[in-house]
Amino acid sequence: MKRSIIDILDLSTQELEELIATAEDIIADPDKYAHACDRKKLATLFFEPSTRTRMSFEAAMYELGGHVISVSSAMSSSAAKGESVADTAKTVSCYADIIAMRHPKEGAAYVAATNATIPVINTGDGGHCHPTQTLADLLTIWREKRRFEGLTIGLCGDLKFGRTVHSLINAMSRYNGNRFVLISPEELKVPSYVKKGSLKKFNIPYTQTTDLEAVMPELDILYMTRVQRERFFNEEDYLRLKDSYILTPDKLKNAKPDLAILHPLPRVNEISVAIDDDPRACYFKQVLNGKYMRMALILKLLKEAGTI
Amino acid sequence: MNIDSIQNGVVIDHITAGQGMKLYHLLKLDETDLSVAIIRNVVSRKMGKKDIIKIDADIPVNLDVIAYVDPGATVNIIRNGALVEKRQMELPEMLTDVLTCKNPRCITSTEQELKHVFRLTDRENKVYRCIYCETKAGI
Repeated sequence: MKRSIIDILDLSTQELEELIATAEDIIADPDKYAHACDRKKLATLFFEPSTRTRMSFEAAMYELGGHVISVSSAMSSSAAKGESVADTAKTVSCYADIIAMRHPKEGAAYVAATNATIPVINTGDGGHCHPTQTLADLLTIWREKRRFEGLTIGLCGDLKFGRTVHSLINAMSRYNGNRFVLISPEELKVPSYVKKGSLKKFNIPYTQTTDLEAVMPELDILYMTRVQRERFFNEEDYLRLKDSYILTPDKLKNAKPDLAILHPLPRVNEISVAIDDDPRACYFKQVLNGKYMRMALILKLLKEAGTI
Repeated sequence: MNIDSIQNGVVIDHITAGQGMKLYHLLKLDETDLSVAIIRNVVSRKMGKKDIIKIDADIPVNLDVIAYVDPGATVNIIRNGALVEKRQMELPEMLTDVLTCKNPRCITSTEQELKHVFRLTDRENKVYRCIYCETKAGI
C-alpha cells in the first residue's frame, strides 16, 4: 500500500528501530543492497535550495541501484508557470516510483502526498517538518550512544523556526527518561504547540535558558542549529539574532568527554571549525548517516507500495 | 422588544452574548437575502444574557460552524409554527472552509483552490489546527 512520510511521527518507534537496523545492515554490507531498487526511479522535487538533502537522496537511490529524475528549482519547473503542487504530484507520479519533495510552503508535502499515486517523502516544507533529517539525527544518536533513553539533550540556537528541532523533540519525547535543555534567545524559543504536543503530553522534563555555557556540563547531546535568514520577514531581526550562539573549543571545556555534538548543517558560524577535529563533533558523521537512513526509508516505502 | 415568531425556519438560541454577529457572518447569512433577525443581549434565566438568531427560511445551517463558535448554542427547526427538532451542538472533528489559515507560510496562502481544513487536536481546550501547517485556528 502506498504510504507517504510527512512528519517523523508518521513512523512508530518500532518502525524507527527497523529503519535503524536496516541502515546498520547497509553500512555493514552495502553490496547486498546494490541492486535493491534496480530500474526504479526517485523524483527529487526541490522548490527550495538544498545541498545535503537532495544529494543525499540522489546518492541513496544510486547506491540502491535506482535512478533519479529531478527538478532542481521552482524556476525550472511548471511551478513557475503557476502549476499547483497537487497537479505537479499527479504528473510526477506518471514518471517516477517515489518522490522526495522540498517546498518553501508549510503543508506542501501533505498536499503532494494526498494527490500523488506514489509515496512522497517530505524533505522539508518551510519551517514545518523535515523528517529525514530527524532520521539522520536518530541514527547518529544511536551510533554514538547505543540508546534512545535516559539522555540529556541540549538544543541550541533557533528553536522557533528550526523544523529539525521540532521533529527531534517529537521523536525523542517518545522514549523514557530523556530530558531536554532548550537554549535560545528569548525571541527564538520553542513554540508552545511543540511543548504542549510533546514535552507536556509525555511529561518530559525540560528547562529553558539563554546560557549555553552554564548547562554544558549536563549535556549528553548538544544539537546546534543555524539562525535561518530565510525564515525571517525582517532582516533587522535576523542580524540581531544571528550570532547569539557560537560554539568554540573554550565553551566545551566543561562538557562531558562523551558529549555528541550534532548540527543539521549547513552551518554559518555557530560551530567554530576548530571543533571539527574534536572527537565529540558528529555533524559530518550525521551527514553520512542521513544517506543510510534515506536508503532504508526508500526501501521501506517502495516495499510497502509493492514496487520492489 | 418583539420579534415576530417564524412559521418555517431556524432559530439559533442560547448563543453566548456577543457571539451572534460573529455567527451571522461565519454562517454567511450576510450573503443571503433571507429575513434574518439578530437579537442581542436578551435576558436569559440560565445565561444572564444571550443572543438569538432567527432565520425566516428552512435552510440547512452549517452546524459545524455553530459548534465551533459556540458549542452551548441550540438549533431549533421550526415547521408550520411548531418546533420539530432541537439540535445540541458537538465539536466537529474537522472544519472545512469555515476558517482560513492565517499562517502566511501555509500552502493555502498561495494555492487558492485548496480547501481550508482544520482538525480538532485538543477537545478540552477547543483547539483546531490547520491540517497542512498545524497552525492553530483563530477567528
